[in-house]
Amino acid sequence: MGKRTVIPFGPQHPVLPEPIHLDLAIEDERVVEAIPSLGFVHRGLELLVEKMDFQEMVFVAERICGICSFMHGLGCSLGIEEIMGIEVPERARYLRTIWSELSRIHSHLLWLGLAADAAGFESLFTHSWRVREKILDIAEETTGGRVIFGACKVGGTRRDIDGETLVRVLGRMKDIEADYRSIAAVFRDDYSMRHRFSGVGVMSREEARELGAVGPTARGSGIARDTRELGYAAYGGLDFEPVIEDAGDCYARCMVRVREVHQSFDLIRQAAAKIPGGPVEVKVKGFPEGEYFSRLEQPRGEVIYYIRGNGTKFLDRFRVRTPTFANIGPMVKMLAGCELADVPVIVLSIDPCISCAER
Amino acid sequence: MIEKQETISITIGELLEKVCRLAGEGYRLVQIGCTRLDSFQVDYTFDKDYRFLNLRVLVPADKAVIPSITGVYWCAFTYENEIHDLFGIEVKNLNIDYAGNFYRIAVEAPFNVSRPGDEEKE
Repeated sequence: MGKRTVIPFGPQHPVLPEPIHLDLAIEDERVVEAIPSLGFVHRGLELLVEKMDFQEMVFVAERICGICSFMHGLGCSLGIEEIMGIEVPERARYLRTIWSELSRIHSHLLWLGLAADAAGFESLFTHSWRVREKILDIAEETTGGRVIFGACKVGGTRRDIDGETLVRVLGRMKDIEADYRSIAAVFRDDYSMRHRFSGVGVMSREEARELGAVGPTARGSGIARDTRELGYAAYGGLDFEPVIEDAGDCYARCMVRVREVHQSFDLIRQAAAKIPGGPVEVKVKGFPEGEYFSRLEQPRGEVIYYIRGNGTKFLDRFRVRTPTFANIGPMVKMLAGCELADVPVIVLSIDPCISCAER
Repeated sequence: MIEKQETISITIGELLEKVCRLAGEGYRLVQIGCTRLDSFQVDYTFDKDYRFLNLRVLVPADKAVIPSITGVYWCAFTYENEIHDLFGIEVKNLNIDYAGNFYRIAVEAPFNVSRPGDEEKE
């Protein structure tokens, strides 16, 4: 047994995508224990319920994260709508689904680029982000925003996509998907990607369940759980199944994301084919009184919003449990026993969004 | 309505027994969240096959102590360390206790305790 050394790792480190801090206790080159700590970019957004009214909180929620911003706004809106008993128009539900899946595609492409970079595959990194730019172009064309869409509101959506634009976007998406297919094939088949990710950070199905893993981290270990199956927005009317892989290693988690991009393209096509006409919002009257835990599937997994209204325009409580926070436990467990050189890959494999976790 | 949600209010003394029963029935721990009211409202959220169940415990603010459920759900340590660091609730028998070092935020925490000078601000 070697001498035990503690290496402070992060929050600023060249291989870390996000500012989490880990104290790594190592013996020789092997990690014995990983102690995480957060709070370096803590913003206290939840406390803004004291200053922002319930409609403005949707804007605040969107600013929790710059990658899954639309879904944060959606989760906040869904919770408030449930408390107030608001029936959102059918067209708005489909629009929310389309923008959610666009968000998932650009989030996964961002991660895939970082994964390629972690494996030293720079051209794959740039190609992944090149395709991502085209998705952001569609987001900009349909919502006006590339990072913060600002399209979701309590009672529906702030914007609509007219039929002509939808047809044009679907046409462009066909080309983007063909482009993506060639990238996905490299992630799937290339020796260097397989070599870097296979057999690293293995978590069995049972472990993933016990450790409370969510999203692609859980589905990469064979757990067929996807909160979209609850049927929020328009998912209840669309045909899909959770994407799962069984190996439980970093490569399996990568493959889940690779396949989920294809699934998202398909869901957008389905939603575009079924979207009905009509209004995209209803008038909101009164103030929320009651509580609700709204939950939905972000690119990183299940997110929970606890919303509590007191009958005034200000909420009593707005709490967010992000998927990254749920995946810290599994990450700590996977790091124990790994090689020091594998730490960045394992941390990356849960797709950590510390911006979300530091809401 | 997206899903039916059941919230059961229990006492602190009943917590471990109820949590053990849910674990035995195959529920997974979704989250533990804390809300500061006159007392602390601690919500233990579970899910089984998309069936949502929430156990609610009210903890007196002046003597805020809860038992850890990490003996049943190992992954609860992140939530319980968070509750300890941000709300100042003492968690008994926590399996991985970071002793107040899980959240290294720039402002003083926990937020529930009054500090010198608070009265002057009011």
